Amino acid sequence: MALTAFAGSPAATGSSGVRRGGRIALLLLIPGIAYLLLFFLAPLISLVMTSLQSPSETVFGQYDFTFNWANYLQVVGQYSEQILRSFLYAVLATVFALLFSYPLAYFIGVTMRRWPLVQSLLLILVVAPLFISFLLRTLAWKQILSDEGFVVTTLKALSLLGPQDHITGTGIAVVFGLTYNFIPFMCLPLYTTLERLDLRVVEASRDLYATPFTTFRTVILPLSMPGIVSGTLLTFIPAAGDYVNASSQFLGGTSSTMIGNVIQSNFLVQLNYPAAAALSILLMATILVLVGFYVRRSGTEDLL
Amino acid sequence: MARGLFAESGADLKLVGVRKQFPGYTAVEELDLTVPAGTFFALLGPSGCGKTTTLRLVAGLEEPTAGRILIGGTDVTDTKPYRRPVNTVFQSYALFPHMTVLENVAFGLRRRGIGDPVEKAHAALRLVELDHLADRKPAQLSGGQQQRVALARAVVNRPALLLLDEPLGALDLKLRRQMQLELKNIQSEVGLTFVHVTHDQEEAMTMADTVAVMNRGRIEQIGAPEEIYELPRTAFVANFLGQSNLFGGTVAESGSGAFGVDVAGRRILVPIDRAQRTTGAVTVGVRPEKLLLVTEEPAPMAGVNVLGPGRVTDVSFSGVSTQYLIDVPHVGTVIVFAQNLVFGPVVEPGAEVWVTWRVEHGFGLADAPAASALEQAHEALVSGVEG
Repeated sequence: MALTAFAGSPAATGSSGVRRGGRIALLLLIPGIAYLLLFFLAPLISLVMTSLQSPSETVFGQYDFTFNWANYLQVVGQYSEQILRSFLYAVLATVFALLFSYPLAYFIGVTMRRWPLVQSLLLILVVAPLFISFLLRTLAWKQILSDEGFVVTTLKALSLLGPQDHITGTGIAVVFGLTYNFIPFMCLPLYTTLERLDLRVVEASRDLYATPFTTFRTVILPLSMPGIVSGTLLTFIPAAGDYVNASSQFLGGTSSTMIGNVIQSNFLVQLNYPAAAALSILLMATILVLVGFYVRRSGTEDLL
Repeated sequence: MARGLFAESGADLKLVGVRKQFPGYTAVEELDLTVPAGTFFALLGPSGCGKTTTLRLVAGLEEPTAGRILIGGTDVTDTKPYRRPVNTVFQSYALFPHMTVLENVAFGLRRRGIGDPVEKAHAALRLVELDHLADRKPAQLSGGQQQRVALARAVVNRPALLLLDEPLGALDLKLRRQMQLELKNIQSEVGLTFVHVTHDQEEAMTMADTVAVMNRGRIEQIGAPEEIYELPRTAFVANFLGQSNLFGGTVAESGSGAFGVDVAGRRILVPIDRAQRTTGAVTVGVRPEKLLLVTEEPAPMAGVNVLGPGRVTDVSFSGVSTQYLIDVPHVGTVIVFAQNLVFGPVVEPGAEVWVTWRVEHGFGLADAPAASALEQAHEALVSGVEG
């Protein structure tokens, strides 16, 4: 659609020079299309094929394509707990990241609008954690939240945590880690939207009898929907498939395993490729459906 | 303000010693102003004179550095904008881009819990002839249409005080005239108080009961349009509201009812009751349309001032009238508007002419004469053109 529109509009003027321009545009598109075919479509087809394989009857450890769609039923039955938990954790992390980032982005993008230098400084602070490896930062949190760390000892001293309680290895630590790691991805799109928020419209709302809360609900929030939608998508999609935070080597434990960990273990430990592939396809399809539904419901098609 | 109720009539507006300072400059200086309830009040001035800031202070969108603001006798200086019985038609329209035209107009009604918001919004849209576009988003409208929606969105609330910030700027002449009439109708029908900010002197004069001419954060003169026009008190007003011929000179004689000023060797008489200063160095003036062009030196006549001879430097025909520019030695350029009573211009450029006017048409300004008066006149002319 976009391709035909792009290539077709110059040709519509009818001059041959412009027609050649349209052909050049097509030529320029070839690397991108080739890239998508080679590195997206081909692996995707391969993954779908793998997900329909069953163990070879002759050679141990080998799998043959048998259109074995029962793989899907099997993984859903076996890992429903982890699948549901993944989406629950991802939703929680997205909500927490949004609640944390919105006031921050509003402060940077609106309150500090008259001081661009402060704005840049705060933005650098938001992005700064990304300069350090994601793994290192998550490991650092493991240290901070460990049983010997000051957080746990303080909470235990205050009797907010029982003597046998932990933070690492629990769902709380995993959701915390996901929230923390995705805050910059939530914050930046929110900032770009709020930075462009027309304050004259906010003034008009105040002039038309809307209290600050009503102004936020009826004007500021709807106008920041593009940022909210992109921020939540940038957080929710990777969080749902994340396997680092929930891994027992990092913040997770056996009771907080997510679908990413299951896929990893099926691929690399159990060498059950069809199950891992089926889970991957399932994850992707579910995210696609959820996201499509979400974007439609949030009514931001014409704002995006 | 009471929920669910329209204002029954306009409220008066009172500014007492209002000053607004921004970092680095003062936008409004010591403003004292009373707008009686139910009147159409125009705040006229060049851009940057503080008129929009004054409006924002009344709306509550800015806080005054000093002074009090009273609406209908109630001190609203510390009242939040959403609690003031005031609505604004913003210069930038400031329509809600995510709402339909209808929802924009119904916004204020919904916030105040007024019954039948949709029906009332449709009625307001019919008033500005945009009801057929009720379901469009503001981005799908032209500038003029957006301005009319902004107008409907404010008027539909029937506020005791309606503030209009250059509300007709984006409209073409025909629609502008029509909206001016509509605004006047709404205003007189409901008896609302309108405060209209504009740099268009013609709009201010045709619409307003009272005009305040503002310059550099101060009001220079307030009065009925014809009153200000016929008797400006400062050089700024004399040139911002229409055009004036200003002459500097020294008072040479003072008789009963009029005093004489020496201007380029001629004695110009000005009525004492039409002058701000009657001694020393003064600036006196007369409107260009009050001048009469003669091609022979007129005989001295009681009650008539004469200036000249001068040379016509430019003649421009504008349909109803012709404008002549006459260079009078030691006086400068004198502008004359002459009604086209005969076919074509009376004189050609280069002709030697005299100008005469009746003594009672002259006025004396408060400004110091000559250099400063001319400077101010020039400044007013320039800012009037820019604005």
